[in-house]
Amino acid sequence: MSHDPVADAGGESTFKGYMTGFVLAVILTAIPFWLVMGRVFDKSSTTAFVVLALAAVQIVVHMVYFLHMNGKAEGGWTLLALGFTLVLVVITLSGSLWVMYHLNTNMMPPAMQDMRNMP
Amino acid sequence: MSDSTALTAGAAPRFHLTEPHHPENGTLLGFWLYLMSDCLVFAALFAVYGVLGRNYAAGPSGADLFELPLVALNTSLLLLSSITYGFAMLEMQRGRTRQVMLWLAITGLFGAGFIGIEMYEFNHLMSQGAGPQRSAFLSSFFALVGTHGLHVSFGIVWLVTLVFQLNRHGLIAENKRRLLCLSMFWHFLDVVWIGVFSFVYLLGSLR
Repeated sequence: MSHDPVADAGGESTFKGYMTGFVLAVILTAIPFWLVMGRVFDKSSTTAFVVLALAAVQIVVHMVYFLHMNGKAEGGWTLLALGFTLVLVVITLSGSLWVMYHLNTNMMPPAMQDMRNMP
Repeated sequence: MSDSTALTAGAAPRFHLTEPHHPENGTLLGFWLYLMSDCLVFAALFAVYGVLGRNYAAGPSGADLFELPLVALNTSLLLLSSITYGFAMLEMQRGRTRQVMLWLAITGLFGAGFIGIEMYEFNHLMSQGAGPQRSAFLSSFFALVGTHGLHVSFGIVWLVTLVFQLNRHGLIAENKRRLLCLSMFWHFLDVVWIGVFSFVYLLGSLR
């Protein structure tokens, strides 16, 4: 049975597609480094928010242009697996941070709390 | 499935599905599922870093330790290796074995450069007394970044193996399949690195 693995991977990739992804990735990498190294914003919380937002956009760019994610590859199963994984990742990350933050603030023994207030 | 009616009717049993096109080779989907499980490993390590990343135990913080120009260089090396791997895939589509091997070699060199800089960075941190045993922050940092580095190292081993395979057998269907799997692996590692440089290095350098 003649069988082309390329066809199953979601079709042909093109030079234009790779270059578009690369240029976008370079821009989306350069901006956060510039923001942090150049201390562009006064508030570090603003910088943190923008850096994380740009990282999320860049991950989507890599997924689309380098990993060729779309709804058609492998009959949609790759996208479904990705969606399921994203749900688990979000639960793992937000759940851990949420629970551990509350443990730290609510259940720290008094002695430790004094130590935390020390300079 | 729907063939059970054919069996009861006494007709010859049919052992093929009458569904629309189904990938005959499940390797790529299976490899994608492996990558997704790997994604969960990294999610756990990111969660550990997120929880422990500010517990310095009166030791150095990320802002004291991280050298962002070095991280920027490392990031560009990995990004360049991603695009050169893409060029290898384009040459694979054209069926030019020599060019595929050339682009793979360039990709491997960029990857080796990435690992070299990371080894230098780790060595530099440990020589300053900022090894993984110093604080919870450094333990989680070394676990996360080290696991990523280990993945890249094994990716390079795989890449070198594939260059030898290509040299020996050329662009046969099996080698194409292996190249596609390594392509997913390599680009996936670049995706993880986006999280590492944003979440660990850049946010860690903010005061």
